Amino acid sequence: MATRAPDLIFKTLGDPTRRAIFERLCRDGEMTVWKITAPSGVSQPAVSKHLGALKLAGLVKDRREGRETHYSAQPQALASLTDWARQMTDFWERKFDNLEDLLNRMDQ
Amino acid sequence: MSKPDTLSVVIEREFSHQPEKIWRALTQPHLIAEWLMKNDFAPAVGHRFNFREDYLPNGALDCEVLAVEPNKLLSYTWGSTSDNPAFAVQNIVTFTLTPTATGTHLRVEQAGFRPEQQQAYQGAKYGWPRFLDKLDQTLAKAN
Repeated sequence: MATRAPDLIFKTLGDPTRRAIFERLCRDGEMTVWKITAPSGVSQPAVSKHLGALKLAGLVKDRREGRETHYSAQPQALASLTDWARQMTDFWERKFDNLEDLLNRMDQ
Repeated sequence: MSKPDTLSVVIEREFSHQPEKIWRALTQPHLIAEWLMKNDFAPAVGHRFNFREDYLPNGALDCEVLAVEPNKLLSYTWGSTSDNPAFAVQNIVTFTLTPTATGTHLRVEQAGFRPEQQQAYQGAKYGWPRFLDKLDQTLAKAN
């Protein structure tokens, strides 16, 4: 029922700034840390730190090109979240079946 | 930006039983054990308890009661334990009971997020943004 990978993704995307960076990379494609920083209102070291966390969670990938590092989103990493949601839905549906049986057996 | 963010699943079902009866099944340990899991639950805010099942990681979930409104609402943390604190994330499970003409509408929401957001949760209570839809949209756009 519980796997560990979704926990790390929860933790990572729980931060709104980090999630905004991730969503932007999903929407606009690969970019450098400078391009990400420009309109974000967040300092470049902070953006780099968020990118590090996203990379650790498998949500972004980096690529060196000369002096620049380019970052791109890895949205397939979200599959473990949708798996989690599916698993929990199945779990509660089964438990609700049990609950229904129990209620039918209980006295008023 | 100040709102805590969450990913949650919501499961809803109509039962042809009164809320009072469903409330008993949600709050009496021997009844909870019959449909959900073995436990040492008590319906008191702040009460810490475990769910125990062999298939759980470490055999148990660490839980704490957050809200108790008899026949209406029950909420507790749902902690998946891990030896690595970075991976020990708390979920929140919230049951909401609404009387209907024929019985009760029962809704359970399981929300996952960072442990340090627990406090924020207690202020914000329910009605959080549904994150999964947004993620699906993000995925659809990315593909």
